[in-house]
Amino acid sequence: MGANEYVVRTKGLVKEFHMGDEVVRALNGVDLDIKRGEYLSIMGPSGSGKSTLFNAIGGLDRPDSGSVFINDVDMAQLDAKELAYLRCHTIGYIFQTFNLLPSMTALENVTLPTVFAGMTTDEGIERGIEVLNLVGLGHRLHHRPTQLSGGQQQRVAIARALANTPSIVLADEPTGNLDLKTGEEIIALLRELNQKEGVTIISATHDYKMVDVSDRVVWIRDGKIAKIEERADIKVSVGEVEGALET
Amino acid sequence: MSVQTAGNMPGAPQQQIQLPLSKAWEISLKSIRIRLGRSLITASGILLGIAFFSSVRTVTLFPIKAAGPAAIAEQSRHSFLAIMALLVCFVGIMNSMLMSVTERFREIGTMKCLGALDGFIVTLFIIEAGLMGVLGSAFGWLFGMLIMLLAHLAGGGAHDVNGAFFSGAAIQGVQAEIIGIVMTLVASIPTAVRAAKMPPAAALRSEV
Repeated sequence: MGANEYVVRTKGLVKEFHMGDEVVRALNGVDLDIKRGEYLSIMGPSGSGKSTLFNAIGGLDRPDSGSVFINDVDMAQLDAKELAYLRCHTIGYIFQTFNLLPSMTALENVTLPTVFAGMTTDEGIERGIEVLNLVGLGHRLHHRPTQLSGGQQQRVAIARALANTPSIVLADEPTGNLDLKTGEEIIALLRELNQKEGVTIISATHDYKMVDVSDRVVWIRDGKIAKIEERADIKVSVGEVEGALET
Repeated sequence: MSVQTAGNMPGAPQQQIQLPLSKAWEISLKSIRIRLGRSLITASGILLGIAFFSSVRTVTLFPIKAAGPAAIAEQSRHSFLAIMALLVCFVGIMNSMLMSVTERFREIGTMKCLGALDGFIVTLFIIEAGLMGVLGSAFGWLFGMLIMLLAHLAGGGAHDVNGAFFSGAAIQGVQAEIIGIVMTLVASIPTAVRAAKMPPAAALRSEV
């Protein structure tokens, strides 16, 4: 693989939040290279900066300094229309709170990104049914989010993230609002999509169930990368790092 | 941009397409229909405001019975009431429209994540607000005017209801419609623009 081996690269990311007179540095110089096709988990306690990193990688918030490169393109150089194109075609987003549009059915939620991508209604519906089948919800096309369980809602959100065949799926605490078993099912689904569809999965989480399926785990603490572990090394040291982070 | 020269990305980054107005119209109509209850409450805020304003205005179409200083006093009372009605109506519409946009910040953030352009989101809200403004004002005027007309008829003033009354009422109807639409748009556009310009992360964080 050449220069395109990395789908996301960040250099010296810094993001500060102002709370009254106090300045909180949520990200304090994060350098991270994410390989194409890998399943990467960003782990850390709440307040460690992982959601801020998630937002910076996804182009949902601008960092104060440093850069994010998606497919070797510096995101800071993009104008509003190019950024919207990137969000629409290159990145799929999954959130802890699902963020489905409550007024729309599962199928309508999933076809919305295809509308923004310029697909015709028929193409969009065809694609929507295809991805909903992929996540095992082919029988719930016309249900509203309120008529679906948490796990089913997250599956709709995953289908929506995949609608425009992105190269990256970003997931922010995807299992945070789900019970243990449903959480495991969602993690298994993400892993399956990662392996079958080849989509890069980047997940910010503090769910240790995620460690088992990850190719790499980035441990983040106080806005900095504390440790990056390969899958092979993870099992032995989870307890140790976990202990270190919880103190 | 040294990284880009080393990479294998072809040419400049692509731009998101601008959706046609018909698509925005389609989504707006769907959005109003789907949350019909909420839309009706917002529209009735506009309706009641314009109805109040129109009822005050309709009274001025009937001849004033008093004469001399009493007539002048009556006229200035009507003007005062009309101005007050306009203010109450504006505050009511402002409140309805502010609520209907702010309660959808998360939705706006989500749409931006899915690839919506800022302009498209603003267009959606202009269409929705405009439609509610048009319908709310029309029914509001009809409602306010009819109430006053019926009250006047009940009071035995049938002889005042002539051609001049109807042409006067029609002019007031057009005025009420314009005022209603302008107020609705003035109340909703700045909020919608602010919401659309927010970074998606900020819009998604907001709790209502």
